Amino acid sequence: MLDQTEGYTTADGRKIGGVVMEMKNITLRFGGVEAIKDISFDIREGEIRAIIGPNGAGKSSMLNVISGFYIPQEGQVYYKGAPRPQMKPFEVARQGIARTFQNIALFEGMSVLDNVMTGRLTHMKTGLFGQAIWRGKAEAEETANREIAEKIIDFLEIQAIRKTPVARLPYGLKKRVELARALAAEPSLLLLDEPMAGMNVEEKEDMSRFILDMNDEFGTTIALIEHDMGVVMDLSDRVVVMDYGKKIGDGTPDDVRNNQDVIDAYLGVSHD
Amino acid sequence: MRTALGEGVRWGGIYVVKSSEGASGLKSVPALLHRNAKEFGSALAYREKEFGIWQSWTWSETLEEVEALALGLIDLGVQPGDHIAVIGRNRPYLYWSMMSAQMAGAIPVPLYQDAAADEMAYTLDHSGARFVIAGDQEQVDKVIEVQGQLPEFEQMIYLDPRGLRKYDHSKLHQYSHVQDAGRAKRDELTPEMAKRIAVLDYDSTCVMLYTSGTTGKPKGVVLSNRNVIETSKSSSEFDGLRQTDDILAYLPMAWVGDFIFSVGQALWSGFCTNCPESADTMHVDLREIGPTYYFAPPRVFETQLTNVMIRMEDAGAFKQRMFHYFMAHARKVGPAILDGKPVGFMDRIKYGLGELMVYGPLKNTLGFSRVRVGYTAGEAIGPEIFDFYRSLGINLKQLYGQTEATVFITAQPDGEVRSDTVGVQCPGVELKIEPNGEVFYRSPGVFVEYYKNAESTADTKDAEGWVATGDAGFIEEDTGHLRIIDRAKDVGQMASGALFAPKYVENKLKFFPNILEAVVFGDAREECTAFINIDLTAVGNWAERNNIAYASYQELAGHPQVLATIQAHVEDVNQSVAEDEMLSGCQVHRFIVLHKELDADDGELTRTRKVRRRIIEEKYADIIAALYDGSVLVSTTTEVTYEDGRKGSISATLEIRSAATSAVAQKMAAE
Repeated sequence: MLDQTEGYTTADGRKIGGVVMEMKNITLRFGGVEAIKDISFDIREGEIRAIIGPNGAGKSSMLNVISGFYIPQEGQVYYKGAPRPQMKPFEVARQGIARTFQNIALFEGMSVLDNVMTGRLTHMKTGLFGQAIWRGKAEAEETANREIAEKIIDFLEIQAIRKTPVARLPYGLKKRVELARALAAEPSLLLLDEPMAGMNVEEKEDMSRFILDMNDEFGTTIALIEHDMGVVMDLSDRVVVMDYGKKIGDGTPDDVRNNQDVIDAYLGVSHD
Repeated sequence: MRTALGEGVRWGGIYVVKSSEGASGLKSVPALLHRNAKEFGSALAYREKEFGIWQSWTWSETLEEVEALALGLIDLGVQPGDHIAVIGRNRPYLYWSMMSAQMAGAIPVPLYQDAAADEMAYTLDHSGARFVIAGDQEQVDKVIEVQGQLPEFEQMIYLDPRGLRKYDHSKLHQYSHVQDAGRAKRDELTPEMAKRIAVLDYDSTCVMLYTSGTTGKPKGVVLSNRNVIETSKSSSEFDGLRQTDDILAYLPMAWVGDFIFSVGQALWSGFCTNCPESADTMHVDLREIGPTYYFAPPRVFETQLTNVMIRMEDAGAFKQRMFHYFMAHARKVGPAILDGKPVGFMDRIKYGLGELMVYGPLKNTLGFSRVRVGYTAGEAIGPEIFDFYRSLGINLKQLYGQTEATVFITAQPDGEVRSDTVGVQCPGVELKIEPNGEVFYRSPGVFVEYYKNAESTADTKDAEGWVATGDAGFIEEDTGHLRIIDRAKDVGQMASGALFAPKYVENKLKFFPNILEAVVFGDAREECTAFINIDLTAVGNWAERNNIAYASYQELAGHPQVLATIQAHVEDVNQSVAEDEMLSGCQVHRFIVLHKELDADDGELTRTRKVRRRIIEEKYADIIAALYDGSVLVSTTTEVTYEDGRKGSISATLEIRSAATSAVAQKMAAE
């Protein structure tokens, strides 16, 4: 059943691989409200996939379905070729899915470095006792994890705030720290929930550069939700457009831009 | 045979000096590097903080890295005499690039990394650089943007591959790949490299540095090996620099000072050059390294002092009292102790206690615990700021120099340090003052020429080798110290015939922590007026403390209470200016607090943050007119350039204030 075709090559010459995650006829209801109506799409290895839509279109619900937080009443989610069973959030993380949040969810009292290190949690194997006496394996493991954390700190250019408690940072930097934590998990799929929300033009440009570089440098597969149309069109390889819980467009940014339904949804046409 | 190394040269890390002219036979940067690798090969040459850890390289490792890149450059087609532009923040790899360029017979041309693309186009085109070595994607993008204007540009090498994977690599090479190519062809290309190094002597060009260009386009100053090595040698001896010293390299690589400190003196003395992790982490890295030899422009010292004072205000009452008590004592006896002058026993005990309680921890926080020799230059430093650091026991001194002199003209010897002079002439330097007050010098460091600009060279340097500094000053008779008044061309006459020296007044204004920058006008006019920039850190802190709400720089700058404070400062300055008979005409009658900070991106300051008067006069002609026509308010629109080169504009209505001037008592009495 699954689409296992070979992928495609993007306009800038990147090779996009096979399907990492596929949504098949997903329907999600809250009581009587249908938040998502029969939506299907896939996310391929190495691509930047965007989900856009006006307010209340069901974007965040969709992301929560992808992350396994919501269980759809109908349809099936396939991850790495197999149907995904119902899972707890930590099991999802172990499977290699990391995310950032629309409203930042960091450990405010901890330093930036410690926050990034928590992203390595799923890669640490020594137990509580080993960590406590911190000899041999535990020490070696922490050193190795710290090295990866430092690479990411360097990558996101947050060296100057390495030891600063997160609570003291401005909003834009917190967003970047959250991205660093997600990246530290070395995810096979990274979910970004409105990474540009509340940012000024300069911060948006920085964030866009980081997202592109991340995809380029580490080959990270990224699915993102975003309001800012300009940003989405510049960043993504393929875009899903949602409106009132339905998928109204899916394709390259150019396809989507010329899609009449999408134009109507954004410019506002009365719904019958 | 006269070669850089004398005769009997063997390559491959070993060399023997047999004969040469001069005392040492070390006639080029590659020769010095070879000496260091041989004599103290296992000592540290470079450190850089990366991934949170200080990475280090010894002198022999440095030689290997530099040679590999030099071979790679030769392999890429670098020819003797080529110019190679180096653009990026201070990193060991870029210092090595400059040495590699020299080993390949080429001339390194470091450029200001924060210059916008079109500024960079000028220097790249003027230098005719065939090769560019760039630090990262940002610099690569700038060069690619303007490459159409650069007929001679051929290849670019980049250091950090991040974000560059998808670029067209027909003209782009990764630094490490060039090195690998060089290593692969080591046997084949080493004789060629040795040949190119062997022809380097004292007269060959060591480096080309662009002046910051206070007026007009930047000029390419050609410095020979003689200039760089002789100056490095005599200045290292002057301050007793040692192989075990540490410096922090954080000032622009394109600036002559950085080249002399981090390349010239570092190679001559063999000390370790430390590069910060990023520009933002400079203060943390400074503290971790604790340099023994340190240079900073006055602005850096000012900022640090302001930060200390602001943070002390947040400290508890006990700490505050202790701080102020011991600082008062330090001001009294600290400088005398530093100069080795007699100080009473009890005062010494008290100072020792202060060292334990306040000075020591404070120096540690500032990163100055180990500073043996500290210099400041470039601008006048406020006496209070200068004394603050000296009273803590930090040997901060002033020097006076220029790109054209390979930095050193005068410097203050230990024990003769004052805030109002720039010291005595450095070893080997001759000074003379022309009747019009302009300072001239002659030294082994005097530059060869301005590149492709014989006219300017002739204007600046006469046949006997005397160079005009462009500064007006005089030599104190009893001490022999040089005092600088102002830029000679800025010194003018007011309509009344009185002397007009804007810098003199501006410096007095800038000594107030609330004032970041000031520009005084008055040449050929009846009275003086001024533009003032507030210091956002100091004034912002004051506003926070007094619950004064503001949303932007512009709003804070226009706040009536801020204006009143600035007015008080201006009036204080007027009083002090009035005491000087010669310059009493320069009192500021009317002033305006500008709605934006003067900025190098807008061309108002040079990249080394010197005021460009002519440009400011043109750009703000409407405000200047208002300063002189008696109006109280002026509306203006100013174009601003953002860091990425885009332009925007800000509009404001500014209030013009009049300041009380003091009567010129002495002059009246004298008449």
